[in-house]
Amino acid sequence: MNLLNRLPAWVAQHVVALRTVLLLTVITGLAYPLALTAVAQVPGLRHAAEGSRVTGTDGRTAGSSLIGQSFQDAKGRPLPQYFQPRPSHAGDGYDASASGAGNLGPESVVDTLPLNGRPDSGRQSLLTQVCARSKAVGALEHVDGARPFCTADGVGAVLGVYRADGTSGAVTRVVSLNQACPARPFIARYHGVTVRCATPGADYGRAVAVPVRGDAPAHPRVPADAVTASASGLDPQISPAYAALQVPRVARERGMAAADVRRLVAHCTTGRALGFLGAPAVDVVELNLALDRTHPVKGTR
Amino acid sequence: MTYAWLQATLIVAVVVGLHVPLGDYMARALDGGRHHRAERALYRLCGVDPDREQNWRHYLTALLAFSAMSVAALFALFTLQGRLPWSTGHGGMPWRLALHTAVSFTTNTSWQNYAGESTTGHLAVMAGLGVQAFASAAVGVCAALALIRGLVRRGTDDLGNFWVDLIRTTVRVLMPLAVVCGVLLIALGVVQNLAGPETVTTVAGGRQTLLGGPVGSWEPLKLFSGDGGGVFNANSAHPFENPTALTNALEIVLMLLIPTAFLRTYGRMIGSLRQSWTLLAVVGILFALLLGAATWAQSVHGGTVTQAVGGAYEGTETRFGIPGSTLFGVSATGSADGAANASYDSFSSLGGGVLMAAMMLGEIAPGGVGSGLYGLLIAVMIAVFVGGLLVGRTPEYLRKRLGFAEMRYVVLYALVGPTAVLVCVALATATGNAQSSMGNPGPHGLAEAIYAYTSNVNSNGSAMAGFNGATDFHNLLMVAAMLVGRYLPMVFLLALAGRLARQQPGVVTAGTLQARGVNFVALVTAAALILALLNFLPALSLAPLAEGLA
Repeated sequence: MNLLNRLPAWVAQHVVALRTVLLLTVITGLAYPLALTAVAQVPGLRHAAEGSRVTGTDGRTAGSSLIGQSFQDAKGRPLPQYFQPRPSHAGDGYDASASGAGNLGPESVVDTLPLNGRPDSGRQSLLTQVCARSKAVGALEHVDGARPFCTADGVGAVLGVYRADGTSGAVTRVVSLNQACPARPFIARYHGVTVRCATPGADYGRAVAVPVRGDAPAHPRVPADAVTASASGLDPQISPAYAALQVPRVARERGMAAADVRRLVAHCTTGRALGFLGAPAVDVVELNLALDRTHPVKGTR
Repeated sequence: MTYAWLQATLIVAVVVGLHVPLGDYMARALDGGRHHRAERALYRLCGVDPDREQNWRHYLTALLAFSAMSVAALFALFTLQGRLPWSTGHGGMPWRLALHTAVSFTTNTSWQNYAGESTTGHLAVMAGLGVQAFASAAVGVCAALALIRGLVRRGTDDLGNFWVDLIRTTVRVLMPLAVVCGVLLIALGVVQNLAGPETVTTVAGGRQTLLGGPVGSWEPLKLFSGDGGGVFNANSAHPFENPTALTNALEIVLMLLIPTAFLRTYGRMIGSLRQSWTLLAVVGILFALLLGAATWAQSVHGGTVTQAVGGAYEGTETRFGIPGSTLFGVSATGSADGAANASYDSFSSLGGGVLMAAMMLGEIAPGGVGSGLYGLLIAVMIAVFVGGLLVGRTPEYLRKRLGFAEMRYVVLYALVGPTAVLVCVALATATGNAQSSMGNPGPHGLAEAIYAYTSNVNSNGSAMAGFNGATDFHNLLMVAAMLVGRYLPMVFLLALAGRLARQQPGVVTAGTLQARGVNFVALVTAAALILALLNFLPALSLAPLAEGLA
């Protein structure tokens, strides 16, 4: 205190401030979190505090029931004997050290087409991501993967329309923006003008992007969560509808009765909390683990 | 839809129910009364005389000195991280990022230009972010307490003691709440450990690296302090931060709780609970308007992708559902918290616009910890001034005259936010730095940029995460935006508090505008809405409205 009294007031003020910051660091920055870590060791809290680990069929930790996993082979193809989770933007997919979302908006409809020989140079719009996933899931589950605003080849059905006076006037030229040549455009003519495929690298910035809904049913067979990525990229759950869609395939691959698979699905389904909070969901990690335990498939762990 | 409204009703009911005891407790704990022996020891260690009152200048300089030292301590911690224990293998941050992050957490903004899992170790989370979650929230409370004392006291220069207000808010209010909520969240599934990364063989035979961390101790702070930054990049969408629909509901309650309870504290301190219910009505109306608009936009309004998918599912977690994400989003932007359990970038165009509008209101529905109340009182004073002019009397509030000198500070306060947001967006756009950071083309990209600076200036920290703020330009401009947006209003606020405290109370006459009743609530609500609209309608119409109505 004596030293403080001899310092100029504004310096003394900052010394007090620094001492307070350091003191708060000790109390709130060390004592509090460490005490809570110690409390978290008591039985009942410990399982969650350690990360809700699940044990694999070999008795070793096989991940966390809270963190989604990838069920694909090394080439990125879905392993058919497993329930598939949602698409993921965490790293290369379900990378638990790189959580994150795709962050594309609801009007992200025009792709940057990859240049010839450089497949990484393009960037898919959110619409094309949705269309491509819907087509792939439809093919895997043997159902129609068609969706509104999607082409049959699984990209966004978006026309670049050139008009005589910029944004108005007669249509002069039409390009299917997301279909790279030599693809056949999803419709042949628009307002009497022949629709062309798109040339990668060409600038269609002056065209007006017109999404075309097409005649796909308003309620597609492939559920919404199967074609959209989660916010964390680590969502371990899928909707009951998407689980139901996958039951026949998994039953077939594992030689199980569909009813037995459905029973396991029901076992891994959580309803709405308190009856009305959140949404019903099926934990894919726990479900696939239960399948491996009860009906192992040769060649998997 | 039924589930959505049931969920909102439950959460609002819990918040309103809890705000009464918590607000009463805060009024008792924070103002007057004796110092505990342990607190006296803390004051001694800090070198503070707890019984010496400060005038507005001394209160302000103490607040600014504390904030400056906080930035310095965080900056040192982040840059030296690699040489400290519990860094879990992460090195120091580059200086621009360290400066941005230090200012971001000290100003209660918590905008993060980095992904948590690849940047901050356990020590940085605990002793860096954690300390400032407590302290920055407490600083907001301090400024609010000073303003309240300005309104209550008469003929004095004394506004209280900053250091006492700071320590009391931290140890009497925030720490007990943190312990209770931390244990609760861990019991409901949140992670709490000091383990390093662990690589496991997954069910299908692949590899996955699981992270741990002091998440359970961080999570309540993140939510109730108005902080909102994530241990992990995905914030409250990450299953380790927010594992179930139940934790989601609890997290929403925590975001709204203290700012709402502080309205009650205010009523207790000015001796008029009626006034706190009146302000709660204003906050409730604003929040209901925002939630109604966002729910409508998210469930009814369809963008192209939304129609292709069949709903606004992109960037939401299965366990929360769209209503759980929408309510979280509105609560995170209506309070100054800024946490996220969904990708706000992928919200419907108008839904994202509502979140932006919630911040543009100036963080008053219910706003930040402390800052929500003083922001609301500024809106009240503007309404009282306009109302006073309408009835032809000198505007008064709580028997304090709002003359030219007082209104000058009120108006200056109200101008800081909008001016800073628009100037920053203009600067970033004119130099091309906004465009190069946009994650989406067209109006949505502009929405990302406006959202970013609205969030930074208003100490929110919510993000449309497609926007890349991790450039030298944005790191430094955001530092300026956060400092100006947080502290310049506090300067005008404390100056106003000083003037009000010196006044002798006026006499209530029949002509005085009554600060209660339906008319008053309507007047304040309209003043807040019209101010925000006048300031931001052009910007909103260029970005979310242009995209959503095209």
